[in-house]
Amino acid sequence: MLSRTADHLYWMARYIERAENMARRLDVTYRMSLVQNAAQSEAALWVPLLHISDTVDDFNEAYDEVTAGNVIHYIALDERNLSSIYSCLRAARENAHAVRVAMSLEMWENINSLWLEFQQMDKSLMLDSGLTEFCDWVKSRSHLFRGVTYGTMLRDDGFWFTRLGGFIERADDMARLLDVKYHLLLPSANDVGGAVDYYEWSALLRSASAYLAYLKVYRDAVTPLRVAELLVLRQDMPRSLHACMDELTNILGQLSGNAGSECIRLAGEMHSSLHYGRIEDVFRGGLHEFLESFLRHNNRLGIEIQRTYLNVPINTSGLDDSGVDDDLSATGFDTLEPLLIQSQS
Amino acid sequence: MASIDYQNKLLTAFDESFDSLNGVRQVYSPYANWLAGKDFSQLTQKSRDAELLFRRVGITFAVYGEEEGGERLIPFDIVPRILAASEWKKLSDGACQRVRALNMFLNDLYHGQDIIKAGIVPESILTNEMYRPEMQGVDVPGGVYAHIAGIDIVRTAADTFYVLEDNLRTPSGVSYMLENRRMMMRLFPDLFRQYPISPVEHYPQLLLENLRAVAPRGVTDPTVVLMTPGAYNSAYFEHAFLAQQMGIELVEGRDMFVKGNAVFMRTTEGPKRVDVIYRRIDDDFIDPLAFRKDSMLGVPGLVSVYRNGGVALANAIGTGVADDKSTYIFVPEMIRFYLGEEPILSNVPTYKLGVEEDRKYVLAHLEELVVKEVQGSGGYGMLVGPTSSKAQIEEFRLRILANPSNYIAQPTLALSTCPTLVEQGVAPRHVDLRPYVLTGKTTTVVPGALCRVAMNEGSLVVNSSQGGGTKDTWVLQC
Repeated sequence: MLSRTADHLYWMARYIERAENMARRLDVTYRMSLVQNAAQSEAALWVPLLHISDTVDDFNEAYDEVTAGNVIHYIALDERNLSSIYSCLRAARENAHAVRVAMSLEMWENINSLWLEFQQMDKSLMLDSGLTEFCDWVKSRSHLFRGVTYGTMLRDDGFWFTRLGGFIERADDMARLLDVKYHLLLPSANDVGGAVDYYEWSALLRSASAYLAYLKVYRDAVTPLRVAELLVLRQDMPRSLHACMDELTNILGQLSGNAGSECIRLAGEMHSSLHYGRIEDVFRGGLHEFLESFLRHNNRLGIEIQRTYLNVPINTSGLDDSGVDDDLSATGFDTLEPLLIQSQS
Repeated sequence: MASIDYQNKLLTAFDESFDSLNGVRQVYSPYANWLAGKDFSQLTQKSRDAELLFRRVGITFAVYGEEEGGERLIPFDIVPRILAASEWKKLSDGACQRVRALNMFLNDLYHGQDIIKAGIVPESILTNEMYRPEMQGVDVPGGVYAHIAGIDIVRTAADTFYVLEDNLRTPSGVSYMLENRRMMMRLFPDLFRQYPISPVEHYPQLLLENLRAVAPRGVTDPTVVLMTPGAYNSAYFEHAFLAQQMGIELVEGRDMFVKGNAVFMRTTEGPKRVDVIYRRIDDDFIDPLAFRKDSMLGVPGLVSVYRNGGVALANAIGTGVADDKSTYIFVPEMIRFYLGEEPILSNVPTYKLGVEEDRKYVLAHLEELVVKEVQGSGGYGMLVGPTSSKAQIEEFRLRILANPSNYIAQPTLALSTCPTLVEQGVAPRHVDLRPYVLTGKTTTVVPGALCRVAMNEGSLVVNSSQGGGTKDTWVLQC
C-alpha cells in the first residue's frame, strides 16, 4: 500500500490510543483526588500526570500554578498541548480524513462522528462532575474504534499498520506510566507500603483496567512487585508490555514485502526479554533502568518502522528519487544496548 | 399538507413540475400525489435527517477563504428533479455529441489543425493561455483528451435547452449525483417503488473501465490511481469517494516519482509502477518541471513521461483550451465540421467583449446581461445584470474596460425552476443540470446528473461556492 496511507493509518491509531491513555490517567487521578488525603498537596497529586507525558515545562509556561482545574484543562482540552485529548482526537480525525479511502466506511463514520460529538460537548461541566463521564466517553469511543476496525477492516496491510500504531503507542505509554509511578512511590522492592501506597498502586492498576485482573490472578494484597509483574511480564494482561510485544512481533510478521527485517529483529529481541524474563531479575537490575531501556528500544522500533515503511519525502525538482530520506537512514543511529533482564546464577 | 401548488405565485420561468394552464405536469403527478399526503413538518424532518447523515459520512466541501480545513455541507434539497425519458434522450444525445466533437477538436488542434486551416476557428486560439504547446504532436491513447466531461445545461422552455459551459478539465460534482441518489433511496424508499427511475450507481465502474481502456499500449492489467491535491482541496471528499468506489489508490504528488520513462508510487513494499492517472489537479500544478515551478503538489518529470507514452493522464493535458469561454462559441461549428451533424443542443448567444461591436452593445445593456470572465469558474468574477445594483454594475464596467477581451456576455436566461423545500413550503427555485459524459472506447453518459439549485428566491447563481444546493435527478425509464 501507499507509504503515506500507511503513515496516516498508523498515526491515526496512535493518537486514538494516546487519547484513551490520557483519559485513563486523568480519570484515575481525579478519583484519587476524591479520597481525602491530608498528607498530599493538590500539586503532588496532579504533577505526575504531566511527568508521564513530559509536559511539565510546557505546562508551567502556560499556567501560573498546578491546580486540579488547570491540569485537567491542559490534559483534556488545551490546544497548546500536543498530547491533550483534544489534540489527539483532532490529529486522529485529520489522519483519518486524509486516508478515508483506506478504511471501511464504518471506521470513517465512527471517527468522524467521534470528532463531531467532541466538538458539540458542553466542556464547562468537565472540570467538575462531568470529568468521569467525559473520560468514560473517550475510553468507550476508543474501544468502539478498535472494535469497528477489528470487525470491518479488510485484513490487508492497512489493517496491520493501524494495529501497529496502536500497540507501539500502548507499549510506550505503559512503560512511562510505570516509570513515573515507580519514581514517586517506591523506595525498595520489598516495601509493601501503607494505606497511601495501596491507593496509589491500585489506582495505577485501575488506570490500566487491571485492578480486578490483579485480584483474580494473585488473590492477595497489592504489592509493587506483583503490580510490575502484571503490567510488564504477564502475557495474558492485554495492556502489559509483554502483551504489546506479542502483538507487535505478530503484526510485523504479517506485513507484505521484505523491507522490515530490522524492525522484526528489534521487536523480537524485546519480545524475548519479556517472554523469558523474571520480575525478580528486573527489580534486581532496577525497574527504572529496565523501563528506560525499554522506552529507548520502543522508540527505536518506532523510528525504524517510520523509516522502513512510512516515510514519504517531499517532492523536490530532482528527477531521481530512491524514496529514502537521508536524515533517517539507518547509519545515523547510536548503538543501542541490548534489552536484557540479567538472571542471577 | 404539502403540495406543489403555485396558484398564488407568479411563475417567472418555465417550471419543471407545473404549468400555469394545466397544473402539475405528467412526470410530477405521482410525486404531487405523494406530497399531498405529507405534512410540512415531516418533510423538514427528512431534510434534517439528510443533513445529519451527510455530516456523519463527511460529505463536505472546503470553502476557499475560510479558515484552513473549514468544512461545510452543500445544502441538499429533498425534492427531486424529474426528467421524462424523451427529455433525457435529447439531453444525453446532445451532450455526447458535443463531447465527441470536442475530443476530435482537441486531437485536431494538437495535430494537423485542419479546423484552423478551414477558417472555422481562428489561428489566435494558439495564443490562448490554456493552449499547451507541450502537447503539440503528442499522441494520446485512443485520441481521447476529455475522458470525463461535465456539460452544464439549462432549460428555458419545454423543448429549449442551452449548453452554458463544457467542463473538460477536472469537472467535479459527480459524487453528489451518487450520494444524493443514495440519500433519496434511504429517505423515501416508497417513491422508488412508484417511479421507474434509471439507476446511476454503476458510474464508478464505468469510469474505471474507461480509465483502464486508455492505458499505455502493451499494459494488460494497468494500475490506475486517482491523483488529488490533498485533503484541503474543496473537492477532496469526491476524490476519496471515487477512489474508494473504484478500488484504486488515492495518491498525492508526493506519493509518486519519476524514474526512467515511468511513474512510480511509493508503497510499503517499495516502488510500484503507475499506468493511468485520473488526475483531479490542474495542469498548472501537475509537474513543477513543466508548468508552475512553485507547485508542491505535482510530480517532477511527469509530463515528460506522459509525452513519451509512459503513463496516461485523464483528462489529458491541454483540454482547457476547448472549454474556455472564448472557444465555446465555436462548438456548434465543430459539430458540423467533425461529425457532419446538426447540433442537438444550442449554445447561448454570446458576445465577445474583445470585439468592438459586441462591446458597444454589451456596455449599453449591462443591466440585462450576464457577464463572465473567459476563464472564470465557480461563479466567481461574474456579473448578473438584472439582480445587481447600479454601483455593482458600474464597478464591473471598469473591470471590463481594463481588459475587455477577458470577458464574454450572454443574455440573462430565465432558467427553469424546480419545486424546492424552503422555509415557507415547497416553492420554485432556479436549477441547472450537469450530466457527466465519459469517453473511453466510446462516449457514454449514465442516466442521471448533478442538479444544482439556487436556494435563494429569484437567484440565478447555482454554484455551491455561492450558496447553491443540489438535488437528486431522476431520469425515468419510460
